[in-house]
This record gives sequence, structure tokens and C-alpha cells, in this order.
Amino acid sequence: MATRKRKRPLSFYVLATLLGGYAIFLYAPMACVYVLSFQGPQGGMSFPMVGWSTHWFEVLFQGTGGQGVGDIPAAFRRSIRMAVIVAVLSMIISVAAGMAYRRKFPGANLVFYSAIASMVLPGIFVGFGIALTFNLLGWRVNWFTSGIGAQLTWTLPFGMLIMFIVLGRFNPAYEEAATDLGANARQRFWMVIVPIILPGIIAITMASLTSSYEEIARTQLNVGTGNTMPMEITGLLTAATSPVIFAVGTITTFVSFSLVIASLLVMTRLAKRRSSRTAQ
Amino acid sequence: MKLSPKAVSLLQIAPMGIIFAAMVLVPLVIIFVVSFLDYDFAQVFPEIYLGSWKDVFTSQLTLNLYETTFKFVAIVWVVTFTLGFSIAYFLVFHVRSMQVRLMLLAAIAIPFWTSGPIRAVAWVPLLGREGLVNQALLGLGIVTEPVSWLMYSEFAILIAYIHLLTMPMVITISNSMMKVPRSIIQAAQDAGASEFQIIREIILPLARPGIAIGTIFVVTAVMGDFFIVKTMSGGQVNTATMAIVTELNAFQYPPAAAKSVLMLAIVLGLVAILLRFADIRKELTK
Repeated sequence: MATRKRKRPLSFYVLATLLGGYAIFLYAPMACVYVLSFQGPQGGMSFPMVGWSTHWFEVLFQGTGGQGVGDIPAAFRRSIRMAVIVAVLSMIISVAAGMAYRRKFPGANLVFYSAIASMVLPGIFVGFGIALTFNLLGWRVNWFTSGIGAQLTWTLPFGMLIMFIVLGRFNPAYEEAATDLGANARQRFWMVIVPIILPGIIAITMASLTSSYEEIARTQLNVGTGNTMPMEITGLLTAATSPVIFAVGTITTFVSFSLVIASLLVMTRLAKRRSSRTAQ
Repeated sequence: MKLSPKAVSLLQIAPMGIIFAAMVLVPLVIIFVVSFLDYDFAQVFPEIYLGSWKDVFTSQLTLNLYETTFKFVAIVWVVTFTLGFSIAYFLVFHVRSMQVRLMLLAAIAIPFWTSGPIRAVAWVPLLGREGLVNQALLGLGIVTEPVSWLMYSEFAILIAYIHLLTMPMVITISNSMMKVPRSIIQAAQDAGASEFQIIREIILPLARPGIAIGTIFVVTAVMGDFFIVKTMSGGQVNTATMAIVTELNAFQYPPAAAKSVLMLAIVLGLVAILLRFADIRKELTK
């Protein structure tokens, strides 16, 4: 409780040790994955390292080669294609919904609680329900109908909550000023609201992109033929007994990291541009 | 043509409303309906059959499965809450610079950018028979042969849950703690309150919305999970959700549907209780 006094109480050191221990617990498994993915060709899934190599990455990129390794590159392409479509749809639908919630309208609570339910219900049951519905209607499950629909039930609630955050902090004075200067609704939206909430829009898009890429519980029953990346990895877990699985881990982490860092860079650039404009 | 503001809102919400109706609400109704239908090994018949439901409520197995599930929920909640609250308290009230605080919060979130299946398999080189923990224990002479219950056991499942679910607790609780006015704590200190009294009398009650939302994350994640149970137990532990997934894989839809309805009712009931402690929309905008 050292808000004014400079001397740290004992509890500071106890809690700092706890946080340190937690950090080790948090990072140890992942560190093992990254290090072991560079295991030598003769090495196994545990330490010690038998030399260092990029052998397991080579096995991975040869596609159908190696024991129990499916067609990872094809699964990766499928996942990325779906993630991009889901991200764009989530962005458009969430922004529209966020704008709707700036006024009172009938059914507002119904949609809001559907979103909360969709978020908290275990994914496997939502996925099961969608597959069952398609089954009873005699429709075939397919990645671009039931697959994308199932993923949207996971990304849209978060999109909606992010819109609540950004629009909740939106200062209506800007919009009123634009109206006084004679801006119509379209101009107000594109020239005032969108530039101000742009960081939120990017956050929705990137969050949807990464969560679609990772989603498995809702997707697996609804994607039809052709595995997505997480399904392929789960298949590997039981089949592969070699460090190939760790190579997959290192690469997928690298992909997610690149996505997150790219979006952070875009956001800081936007913030910089804005502050340089307001300074003028 | 000029639309009324209400009509504009309805048009704007329509895409989201239609998707939730078609992909969440209708499927839930379908699950409910199918749970009352007859079936054989290949298909579902449109005839009423109450056997699936009788099974759910009379089977000793169902009871045992829910016992395991709730045991996991209880243990994981106690550990993640204790850890999450302590870490959040440290970050908000002991770390003085905002920059360091945000850096530490980011450091806690970074491991979650690695996909779930990979995070599960990452435990093998640590907890397996030839894993680092066993190597260390053997090396230090604490045990004479490798400890086998570290991996593929209930212990392993709990470790994976705690690893996954402490982060949401830290984030939601520290979010609530950051809104506690420093002046109240200053006043309590001036009145001679100890650190423990301040935590119990001021911070704990004011952090309640964050605790409630973190609890929602933990409870729903553990109750709905089958993946961690499957990978971390090596197929030796069964929970309520695991049993449903097994039936799904065997295409036994009506019994799976009946068990799903019960599970969904329990989860939604728990969430509804927890939401009494936190207004999500207010938490987000303030």
C-alpha cells in the first residue's frame, strides 16, 4: 500500500515473488515448445537436445511427408481464407450494430443477451446445435455457410463489446459540431465517427481474424470436408510422436505474433498521425 | 425518403440479430426438440421418446460426471481467484508506474497467442515421465523413480486449466481495481487501517464486478471444455462435457442433446446469477 511512502512493505516482496513464480509457470511450457522445435533429427519430444537443426520444419513444409503429418499447408490456406472473410464480416456487422445501440430500439436487450449467451455458452454445444439444424433441414454443412456462421457466433459478441467501449467514450460534441456545419448523416459517419473509432474497428478486425484462425469447438462439426489448421494440429497431437508438433507450434505462434504486432503498429501510426494533426 | 431513427437502428442491428437468431437461438431450440426424439444407430426419427431424458436424471453415471466437473470448477476457481486477485492487487496498488503495469499485463497475455492444442502438448516435455520436472526431482534426489501422476492425470488437467484461466481473472480484477479511487485508500490509511483491512473492507467489495466477470470466464471455460480433459488425462478422466462429445462422435444425437440441454441450463443459470454482480455494459463504457 505504498502510494506515498517510498519504503516498500514486506507484502511487496511477497507478491513480487508470487508474480515471478507465476511468470515462470506461464512461460515454461511455451519456452519448451520453441526450444524443442529446433531439436536435432535424432532427438525426441523431451529434453535433452540432441543437437540443433531445422529438420522438423523441413519435414513440416514437405506437406504430406513425415509420420502422421497431414497436409498442413492446405489446412493453413483454408484457415486463412476463412479467417479473412470472418474478420471482414465481423467488422461490418459489429460497426453497424454498435451504431444501432446509440439509440433505443425494440429488441435491444434481446440481441444483447443473445450475444452474451453466444459468448458464454460452451462452443461445442453451439457447434452441435448448428450442425444438428443443418442436418434436420437436409442441408450439407459447408465451410462458407455453416462454417462461417459458426465462427461469427464467436467473433460477433466480442465485436459488439468493443463497439460499446469505443462508442461509450465517443464525445457527441464532435458530431453536433459537424451537424451545425451542415454535414449530412453520411458525411458525419465517414468524416467524423469512423476516423475517431478507427482503432476500435481495427481491434475488432484483428481480434476476429485471430480468433477465427484459432477456433475449433464451434468450427469442427460445421466445416464440412477439409480440416482447418487447429483441427489439423489436434489430429497431429494423437498421431505425431516427433518434434514436428513443436515446429507447428513455433510457426503458428509466429503467425499470431506477426498479426498482433502488425495491428499494434497500425494503431500507433494512427495515434501519431492524429496527435500531429491536432497539434497543428 | 427519410427513415425514422428507430427504423435506422433496426436496419443496423438486423445482420447481427439474424445471425444470432439463425446460428444460436434456432439451434438451441433444435437441440431441445431433438432431445425428445427417438433414434437408432443411423438416424433420428420424428417420434417422441423420453428415454434420453430418463437416462439423464436417473443414471448414476451422470451424477458422477457432474461431480467430477464441479470438483474441477471449484478447485480451479479457488486457485485462479487467489492467484488472480493477488497478482492484480500487486499490479494495481504496488507497481507505481503505469507503464510498468501495462508492460506486466501484456507479458501475462502474450503466451495466449499460441494456439490451444499446442499449449496442451507443451506440457509433455515438462511433466512427462522424461520431462524436466522429473529430471529435476531425480537429479536433486527427492525421488528415486519418475513421478507418473504429473502427466495424464487429474493433476495435469488442473495445471492446464489454471495455466489457461488465471489470465482472465488478472485482467478483469485489475480492471475493477484500477477504478478504486485512491482517495478512499488514503483516507483509510490515515485512519490507521492495516493493509489487510483495506483489502478486506475496501478493495474486495469494490472489485466485485471484475471478480464476477472473471468467474464467468473460468466457470464457463471449465464446464464447456473437453479438449484439455482429453489431451491432459490421456483418456483416463471423464467429465459431463466429455460424455456428450463421446456420444456426438457416435452420432447418438438425442441422448447427446438431452445432456446438452441440462448442461446449457446449468451454465446459463450460473451466468445469470453472476451477472447480478456486474452490469457488463456499464463496466465497458465507464
